[in-house]
Amino acid sequence: MNIDSETWQITLLSLQVSASATAISLLLGLPAGTWLALGNFRARSFILSIINTGMALPPVVVGLVVAMMLWRSGPLGDFNLIYTPAAIVIAQTIIAAPVVTGLTAAALQALDPRLRQQLLGLGASHLQMIWMLWREARLPLLAALMAGFGSVISEIGASMMVGGNIQGQTRVLTTAIVLETSKGDFNVALGLSALLLAITYLINLALTWIQQRGVKR
Amino acid sequence: MTALIEIDDLLIQRSGRTTLQIDALDIRKGETLAVVGPNGAGKSTLLLALARLIKPARGQILFNGYPFFKLNDLEYRRRISFVFQDPLLLDMSVRENVALGLKFRGLRGEEIRRRVDQWMKQLGIESLAKRRAGQISGGEAQRISLARAFVLEPELLLLDEPFSALDPPTRSNLLDELSALLRRDRRTAIFVTHNLNEAARLSQRIAIIIKGRLMQVGPARQIKGKPVNAEVAAFLKELTQAL
Repeated sequence: MNIDSETWQITLLSLQVSASATAISLLLGLPAGTWLALGNFRARSFILSIINTGMALPPVVVGLVVAMMLWRSGPLGDFNLIYTPAAIVIAQTIIAAPVVTGLTAAALQALDPRLRQQLLGLGASHLQMIWMLWREARLPLLAALMAGFGSVISEIGASMMVGGNIQGQTRVLTTAIVLETSKGDFNVALGLSALLLAITYLINLALTWIQQRGVKR
Repeated sequence: MTALIEIDDLLIQRSGRTTLQIDALDIRKGETLAVVGPNGAGKSTLLLALARLIKPARGQILFNGYPFFKLNDLEYRRRISFVFQDPLLLDMSVRENVALGLKFRGLRGEEIRRRVDQWMKQLGIESLAKRRAGQISGGEAQRISLARAFVLEPELLLLDEPFSALDPPTRSNLLDELSALLRRDRRTAIFVTHNLNEAARLSQRIAIIIKGRLMQVGPARQIKGKPVNAEVAAFLKELTQAL
């Protein structure tokens, strides 16, 4: 398969959409996971169980709910987002955010709870304490980031349902693979699959390299 | 000698259960007060309350004559320092660990360098400066933990059994060094320990806490010679037999 301009466009859109969804998930999930890990309130276990369930959220269910919300007659229909890259970003964020939140909470809960007291006892403000805890948990937090990205770059159900797989507009690598397979054009489908795998591998290679630099030896 | 800390009618509860009750206790400026008691007696609870890491159910504490709870939480915690039983070093270099509290206080680079150098030398850990905290032995780690607390030059130093996990020779050496540093700087400190001999070596006065109640406060000789009640006497006997 030649990597033509359409393939580049699909690849670039896949990366843009999944990177945006991962970044938004990080912005939401890091504070939410920290709050769940450090907070002392009654509903914590219940909320964590919801988040952990959310980590296994089926993309097609997310796609269905987001499609209903963004449909012209739906509550957010006036924004005209259905079948746009923004709709895919929204759906993918809903898929990745619980992953980042749940793994952030688990990473911070794995730290020695006395570390918080020690940091406060050394005069850290609450923000300084949280920053240092993130720093201490940077290896599992990077794993959370990788898992979040992995959950959306390879996802298809939601992208298909809310993006519509429109050529030149919302077609991403996974939806393009499905389309080529349905046409029986297995060579193109295999080529796109190899490209998707290569991109996923390279991004995870970079994140793993950053992560492993910090491993204690 | 004026008091740095004055505790009056302090009550601390956890899940509705009283963990510490102190009718009155003063910690004088420049003194080291050792707090001795059995496991779970409430010794660490006292330190956590004085570091404002837990909130009492009731009671009055004066810090330098000023109501403790009217002080800003962060400003107060930046006037004290806490050394825990475990060094709890962060995954960074030894030098960065020692500098941590100074960075929290927003001190400038030159000032941080000067004070960190001074205290690393003081505690004999300057050769470890670039090592990662994870590569450090228990005794060295506790020296780093002490340097990290002393470098802040706190008005009140809270030491929660800092040497209990160390082997006897290391423990004895560190105790001598700590004692010398506290006396030299006339730094106010509260030292929690299980060991009556350590308490006597390090402190001017000893406070005995048993089952969450402050039983007796006084110089080591007085405590050993005149236990205030049968409970204190039994505890002291137990400690002596354990030595």
